[in-house]
Amino acid sequence: MNTIMPFVKAFLIGGLICCVGQALIMNTKLTNARILVIFVVSGVFLTALGLYKPLVDFAGAGATVPLTGFGYSLAMGAIEAVNKYGLIGAFVGGVTRTAAGITAAVVFGLLNALLFKPHAKS
Amino acid sequence: MSRQPYTAAQYRKLVSDATPGTRMLRGYLRAFWVGGAICCLGQAITLWAEKLNLGEITNPMFTTSVMIFLGTTLTGLGVYDRIGKYAGAGSAVPVTGFANSVAAPAIEFQREGAVTGVGARLFTLAGPVLAYGIASSVAVGVVYWLVRGWVM
Amino acid sequence: MVYSNPPVIAAHRSIAGKKEGDGPLGMWFDALLEDDLLGQKSWELAESEMVRRCARDALDAAGLSAGAVDALLGGDLNNQIIATSFAAKKLGAPFIGLYGACSTFVEGLALGAALIDVGHIDTALVSASSHFCTAERQFRFPLELGTQRPPQASWTATACGCALLRDRGVGIKITAGTLGRVIDLEISDANHMGAAMAPAVFDTLSAHLSDTRQTAGDFDLIVTGDLGWIGRNLLMELFDRAGIDMPADKLVDCGASLYAQKQDSHAGGSGCGCVASVSCAWIMKRMEQGELRRVLLSGSGAMLSPTSSQQGQSIPGISYAVSLEMN
Repeated sequence: MNTIMPFVKAFLIGGLICCVGQALIMNTKLTNARILVIFVVSGVFLTALGLYKPLVDFAGAGATVPLTGFGYSLAMGAIEAVNKYGLIGAFVGGVTRTAAGITAAVVFGLLNALLFKPHAKS
Repeated sequence: MSRQPYTAAQYRKLVSDATPGTRMLRGYLRAFWVGGAICCLGQAITLWAEKLNLGEITNPMFTTSVMIFLGTTLTGLGVYDRIGKYAGAGSAVPVTGFANSVAAPAIEFQREGAVTGVGARLFTLAGPVLAYGIASSVAVGVVYWLVRGWVM
Repeated sequence: MVYSNPPVIAAHRSIAGKKEGDGPLGMWFDALLEDDLLGQKSWELAESEMVRRCARDALDAAGLSAGAVDALLGGDLNNQIIATSFAAKKLGAPFIGLYGACSTFVEGLALGAALIDVGHIDTALVSASSHFCTAERQFRFPLELGTQRPPQASWTATACGCALLRDRGVGIKITAGTLGRVIDLEISDANHMGAAMAPAVFDTLSAHLSDTRQTAGDFDLIVTGDLGWIGRNLLMELFDRAGIDMPADKLVDCGASLYAQKQDSHAGGSGCGCVASVSCAWIMKRMEQGELRRVLLSGSGAMLSPTSSQQGQSIPGISYAVSLEMN
């Protein structure tokens, strides 16, 4: 049970968060870029209000893998760094905590452009 | 010369009546199961990271990096756009979708050169996400700094 | 414009991509592309090569060299119509670049016919092309981005059509042409181009019919460019409401006919190459086979750019029409 339950929780919560995004796609004229921005910013503010951490504790990757989780890391990083360094922490914490993700996206994105050619679609 | 038989407002109404709706239930089901499955994959990578004893802070970083690697690679192989067409937000909202939004323009604009093509276009979609995400985290940090003493 | 010396379509050729070849009209095209890149370095150069080949084929069919052409009138969807102008560079004919978005081909026919009619030139080559991969990266998203298309979205055709107009000879005659006005009923959904263009098509077709004192009954077929099936339904509504007779079985849309429903093209085909290739293949060949005698051909364009769209502007539409007759 202990190995299966985290997966069930991740599946359910992750799936539900994606359904919120799907509702935005189908019911509004928002483009993907705007939806991603909305998710990250909501993640930041939900975390600040203390609402997102319980979800992460409950669902693990179900809450951290969606982009709201990226917002969670940004906000948690900022708050922890303020505790450590004071005001300047607000400028340090978010990016420090998410540095690996941002760098991975840039580096792997560049590598992709080196390795792959554009595909036609049909 | 005949005049338009409808005013703009009447025509807008006509257009929305004539446009078929998206198949909602199917859209939600697909987004749900693909999104859920991607999060399960993330959960599996987290467990793997725990076995490697990476530590509380490094563990999620490892998970994110691996997920991003998968997202960019599937983009390069031309697989991620097909998943996206099927799943919509199910594959756009997870961090792999963020990776897709970085890698897709980088591949597409190769022919415009390394700097003005790949380098600049890399951030066409991810740029706004980082800009507003980072800015709002700073705002949260500053507000937290202001109210901290007062709350505690 | 009723042409007193109606020019003749001496030759016409069409090239289409693989997806278009797999569609219901596949057998009508003169050539199908094996590879969407045509051995070129970029999608834009591939589209240009497609224009060059199509123009070459039309010239060969008429037994002319590019040097004998008095004017090449053509355009495409790329910024500054590079596909056509780069092809014009290789062909070497005097060039008039046109931009009427997806209406470009019919715009070229109306204009080329007018120049020949008044006797300024004897031979005009009219072309229009579009390529899915060039249009998609310019107007929407990179191809590799995983996004869903709404049901009203259209699929930009990878295709090109060229028609060679001459002042004399045998073949389909262009007897009248109507230039369109830019009409905007404030549709701002860039995915819904059929809806944005339908009022412009209504305006031009009704003007063409009333100027030439004809009704839909005088034509065997009335062809619209790339409204798609939703846009075609809207056009029918507009004629109905205006009290202009428009029999449903006579109104055919190139975009709605280009793909089968199962090909996942949503509302239908679009792009300059759509009406150009479909009219050069399906419509003109059926006229020459004697199946159709009088055809009213229109093309329609959505005059939007990524800039106007991002700035929140609505989408103005334009439409041109020509009467085609086969004796």
